[in-house]
Amino acid sequence: MCLKKIVSCAAVLFTLTDISAQKDSSIFRRESPDTVFMNKDAVYNRPFIRAGKMPLAIGGYVEANTIYSATDGVSEGFSFQMRRFTLFCSSTITKKIKFLSELEFEDGTKEINLEFAALDVEFHPLLNFRGGVIMNPIGAFNQNHDGPRWDFVDRPLSATTIIPSTWSNPGFGFHGRYYGGAWTFAYEAYLTNGFDESIIENTEGRTWLPATKVNRERFEENHSGKPLLTGKMAVRQRKVGELGLSYMGGVYNRRMEDGLMIDSTDRRVDIFAADMNLNLWKGANLLAEGTFAMIDVPAGYSSQFGKKQYGFFADITQRIMQKPVLGWEKATLLAACRLEYVDYNLGTFTETGGNIGDEIWAVTPSLAFRPAGQTVLRMNYKYASARDLLGNPPAKTGTILFGIASYF
Amino acid sequence: MRTIILLLLTSGILAVSCEKILPALPADEDVLDGPVEGLTAEQQRRFLDGDIAFANEFSPQTGLGPIFVNTSCISCHAGDGKGHPFTTLTRYGQADSTGNTYLLAGGPQLQHRAIPGHSPELLPAGAPFSKFLPPANTGLGFLAALTDAQLLANADPNDANGDGISGVPNYINPPGFFVPQSFHQSLNGRYIGRFGRKAGAIDLLQQTVGAYKQDIGVTSEFDPNDPINYAVSSQPLDNIPDPEVSTADVRNVVFYLRTLKAPVQRNTSDADVAEGKQLFVNIGCAKCHIPEWTTPASDIAALGNKTFYPYTDLLLHDMGPGLDDGYTEGKALSSEWRTTPLWGLGLSKNSQGGEYFLMHDGRAKTIREAILLHGGEGQGSRDQFNGMSETEKLKLEKFLESL
Ligand code: HEC
Ligand code: HEC
Repeated sequence: MCLKKIVSCAAVLFTLTDISAQKDSSIFRRESPDTVFMNKDAVYNRPFIRAGKMPLAIGGYVEANTIYSATDGVSEGFSFQMRRFTLFCSSTITKKIKFLSELEFEDGTKEINLEFAALDVEFHPLLNFRGGVIMNPIGAFNQNHDGPRWDFVDRPLSATTIIPSTWSNPGFGFHGRYYGGAWTFAYEAYLTNGFDESIIENTEGRTWLPATKVNRERFEENHSGKPLLTGKMAVRQRKVGELGLSYMGGVYNRRMEDGLMIDSTDRRVDIFAADMNLNLWKGANLLAEGTFAMIDVPAGYSSQFGKKQYGFFADITQRIMQKPVLGWEKATLLAACRLEYVDYNLGTFTETGGNIGDEIWAVTPSLAFRPAGQTVLRMNYKYASARDLLGNPPAKTGTILFGIASYF
Repeated sequence: MRTIILLLLTSGILAVSCEKILPALPADEDVLDGPVEGLTAEQQRRFLDGDIAFANEFSPQTGLGPIFVNTSCISCHAGDGKGHPFTTLTRYGQADSTGNTYLLAGGPQLQHRAIPGHSPELLPAGAPFSKFLPPANTGLGFLAALTDAQLLANADPNDANGDGISGVPNYINPPGFFVPQSFHQSLNGRYIGRFGRKAGAIDLLQQTVGAYKQDIGVTSEFDPNDPINYAVSSQPLDNIPDPEVSTADVRNVVFYLRTLKAPVQRNTSDADVAEGKQLFVNIGCAKCHIPEWTTPASDIAALGNKTFYPYTDLLLHDMGPGLDDGYTEGKALSSEWRTTPLWGLGLSKNSQGGEYFLMHDGRAKTIREAILLHGGEGQGSRDQFNGMSETEKLKLEKFLESL
């Protein structure tokens, strides 16, 4: 019901903008994002369009690309992909009460997700209450995942397959921030619904946290009956950049059903993440996130299912040029490179003492052209080397991606 | 303008160099997987369907378990090659040709893993057992196409020729769904087994149905009962409607196994390899590891009238007390093992995590160790191997690695 309303309100505003924007642009105000923001503010820090004095603002982004890839010489050919189409709708109910929602259509309409729909009530800058469907503040990418922000077509492996971005759940909690000169300190802490047994009972044949996302029930019922705690602290220095430490953990299995004990122990997932966004030299930036997950796997289950997972990605971006080009005032050309790694099963085989594989290395050089800040055309080449569980010679995949992403 | 040119240029370069910068196809001789040559488009499609089913990972929701050894065919037969100690399974309950006495206690196979909410099976104290490392799956269609008469031609139960080698077939009680082909011969209702370490499976359907059930805990039309952990209950306990794998998938997997290509020998022009092969024949290895076979006509044209080089006789040999685990299947003695095909030997490491694990349970870490473990009927050629010079031994090994 709520979903329908959001869509229709967005659609109405959408058509409104479309018909009249060009004739009388003064009715509509394009609200550009702040220039200084912390990762935690990513949801609000987006371009919105507001009509006159209406309290409602809308926005969104779209991401599409071409892909050609081959694994050890075998290719599935060339495809076009419409990865995401997302609509935001925000409203300032009173000065200190805000609402924002984000509705995402993935791969056409294959998946429709309400990624965010929460009310924010400010008591004090240090104490804001947030409730609704929230994005768990684990790592940086999960909350700051909008396609147009990134110079890569693919989302990072560790942030999508260990942290299952976009990972959002119904829940409540608090967030706040404190400014002190060049420094800003922020925190977030929420209790939400969480994971279920599919993380170890899935057709991937490995511990796979994203498997939980298929469970739509989680918006209504918390599978384990015990809340998932997510907390993050971040500090930002105006010149240097931002550093964040976060944790998310809770029980994923269901022990009691109909008053009967159906499982003898609580089994937990605990995820730790560290992220940083640093200004290096002129025009250069480093964005990195590391993740470590611990999962209780039942003793009799196969050690094919990792008890520990680890991954990171590091994106280095260098601005090569920024100047007016073909009427675009601040066209920017960037060169970037992503290095990433995931190990889905950290440990050794009891049978041989040898290392358990199940890991992927990937490097992605990218060339990104931003005719304007909110739009990016990007050309990527991704080279990935994946080892199976036993650590056999890796399967090598090369992928050429060309994509466009833009806020609108 | 420069930017535009730069952008167009890079896109152009990337597009043109597509083929170059994408990882290349490994040479046919360097991998074990892939179809035999000469399949029709229709057969290739069936091969692909089988390949997909072979790679399918079962979960508790799709039928895995409740007790199991691993989650998919491919998890034990990576790249269609040999397995690893992690994927090794345990058979138990039969000490001689009178049969398995532990069938109502969980035999013939231990499912030492269980889905959440179930307990894995424990090996009953005192039960005879043996560990089986997964063999390679390559070229099986050629071995399956041979006639029983061809196999029997090499059998020499009473060692009539006095060479100390007396290969015998294993005779297996066929499962209810077994349909004999024109080339099968029965003996008192039993048929010759060809597949498995003890030649315990008559054909690839029996092997596949058994694997689904015993290895993955997946029921099929052919065997609709999940494996049971008798320590908990003598009933199968699982919520998934049976059969858990479709008949189409089972048949496609069998088709896939039949049409997997035979391994291709490498370095054939190397003089050492050629000399090594001669030594292999000279010291009697080829008496059991028979190099060359030719198939009769087959329903799959690509398999018919083909000469291939598996280096096996598919017969059982008494390998001496060192390899006698005290466990057996069918009519075999516990010291008897089916001659392992040696084709693909040199590529074994690529599916074994970079190391060799040879012989039925992977106890040999090198080819030489494997040779030195040959006892019983293999003792003669082992002794001759020991008598060779180091250069000769290296040549023989070089030959074996080229397979
Ligand atoms: C737990 C690991 C495991 C799984 C899972 C497994 N296998 Fe096997 N496979 C083995 C072992 C061990 C053997 C040797 C069995 C024997 O000696 O009886 C074997 C033997 C075979 C053989 C006979 C090979 C030969 O050279 O004789 C075939 C064919 C085969 N498996 C196919 C399959 C198929 C099809 C599946 C999936 C339905 C499968 N396997 C699943 C471990 C496994
Ligand atoms: C009497 C028959 C016989 C003779 C002769 C024989 N082998 Fe074998 N070979 C076997 C059997 C049976 C096995 C399987 C034993 C086991 O699995 O425990 C085997 C296994 C092997 C293996 C391990 C294969 C694997 O993949 O695990 C190698 C290597 C091998 N033989 C090489 C040789 C060489 C070299 C010679 C000559 C010196 C030779 N064999 C002579 C019967 C024989």
